[in-house]
Amino acid sequence: MTDRPEFLRKVYFRLPAIGIFVGGLIVWEGMVRAFDIKGFILPAPTAIAATFASETSDLLAAGAGTFSTALAGLLLGGFLAFFTALAAARWRFVRDGALPFAIAANSTPIVVLAPIANSWFGLRSPFGSIFVVAVLVFFPVMINLVRGLLSVEASGIELMESYAAGRRTTLWKLQLPNATPYLFSALKVAAALSLIGAIVKEFFGGSQERLGQYITTKAGLLQFEEAWAAIVLASLFGIALYNIVVLIERRVIPWHVSVRNA
Amino acid sequence: MSALSLRGVGKVFNPGSDQEVQAVHGVDLSVERGEFISVIGPSGCGKSTLLRLIGDLTPPSSGTVSVNGKTPARARLDRDYGMVFQSATLLEWRRVAANVELPLEIMGMDAAERSRQAAAMLGLVQLDRFANHYPWQLSGGMQQRVAIARALAFKPSILLMDEPFGALDEMTRERMQSELLRIRAETGTTVVFVTHSIPEAVFLSTRVVIMSPRPGTITEVVDIDLPEPRSDDTREDQRFFELLTDVREGLRAVEDS
Repeated sequence: MTDRPEFLRKVYFRLPAIGIFVGGLIVWEGMVRAFDIKGFILPAPTAIAATFASETSDLLAAGAGTFSTALAGLLLGGFLAFFTALAAARWRFVRDGALPFAIAANSTPIVVLAPIANSWFGLRSPFGSIFVVAVLVFFPVMINLVRGLLSVEASGIELMESYAAGRRTTLWKLQLPNATPYLFSALKVAAALSLIGAIVKEFFGGSQERLGQYITTKAGLLQFEEAWAAIVLASLFGIALYNIVVLIERRVIPWHVSVRNA
Repeated sequence: MSALSLRGVGKVFNPGSDQEVQAVHGVDLSVERGEFISVIGPSGCGKSTLLRLIGDLTPPSSGTVSVNGKTPARARLDRDYGMVFQSATLLEWRRVAANVELPLEIMGMDAAERSRQAAAMLGLVQLDRFANHYPWQLSGGMQQRVAIARALAFKPSILLMDEPFGALDEMTRERMQSELLRIRAETGTTVVFVTHSIPEAVFLSTRVVIMSPRPGTITEVVDIDLPEPRSDDTREDQRFFELLTDVREGLRAVEDS
């Protein structure tokens, strides 16, 4: 159990954020009612909440499908990026050959692959979405990891040399730990990207039990409360995924500046 | 057998290019076991390069270096050196004890032995109570003591120190110097110590080696005949001041030439 003063202190520091959130909802609700804004333009928060309650099972099914696709793509892209980064850090020619393209690819809107993925994997295959997400996640994670692996202080390398440590030992004991903060900042970006990739890919077809399809279908049927409920759910999943990464980060790198005082 | 022997050692960086730099030139030096040698000289005179040549972090362009009768490379593989740099270079993800254990881990010592040895070393530098702290929770002087404990953890016969107290304030610095002398007395380690500070060199050393500006070479060696063991009183000894003057004049002669 958290002791009480500590808990109260945390609530106290969050009061401004809570205030803005609640205030925002009240203003939203008030505007919709005062100006009689139509549901197809902007439904009221209460209407969205009511839809959330009545459509819970459909929404959660779609959400779970999208979330698991995003997670699978995130893990696949992350693993591929990890091993590519190791190779790039180890061999200069891999680095010099591949990194410029990786950086270029990272600057392009990779989601444009989404409609193409359907013709590669078929409309119904989950691998299309996983593929799009994996490609999307791959580049930022890889580039950040390479940076982390290589940005060790020269004196650190000399220290390892003075112990007659081999390359593998230097990698495990110096470079990889040094790269973990870089990995986590990349994963926080990648967490958001993975949901974007999954949902955009779903806009272009596939199973009905996915958030992307759910939103386009409901919007097409002018059922905007449902569409908005799905949008809210997508946001909640995004926030959840980000926070999972943050929680893992706090456990893995408690020593790092970014985590120390958090 | 000398602990260290340098014969006509020179180092040229980027040979043949327009950025060619002759860092060190024609260095002859012999260091006996248990000696404490300070190397002092103007900035950029190749003091650090000399240390790195001894430690096999860079190969000489000419001449020979021999360490405990071996090549520097062999000596490095045999873990004859401990190194301490100007920055403590602690691994920030390891707690203090784990930092001291790092070289032992690399050498394949088993965990129980390792933690025993790390505890002993932290005792030596009087940081037992900080074994579970992270480096960032320690002051600069304490971090440098951890670095010394780490360098001594595998009982190297030679300690190479590159301006280890350069970033510390004067009081901490003097305390660290006394500490280092006590540790050396307990371990019998041979020390080669690079510094900018004349009092530091005189207080610590058995001999002070004065180097000229680039290309760095040894212009004078001053024997330090201060009584042992040295203490804070040594710093107020008449002989201490005479030796300071000797070293200062040696340095001035070098800078004027």
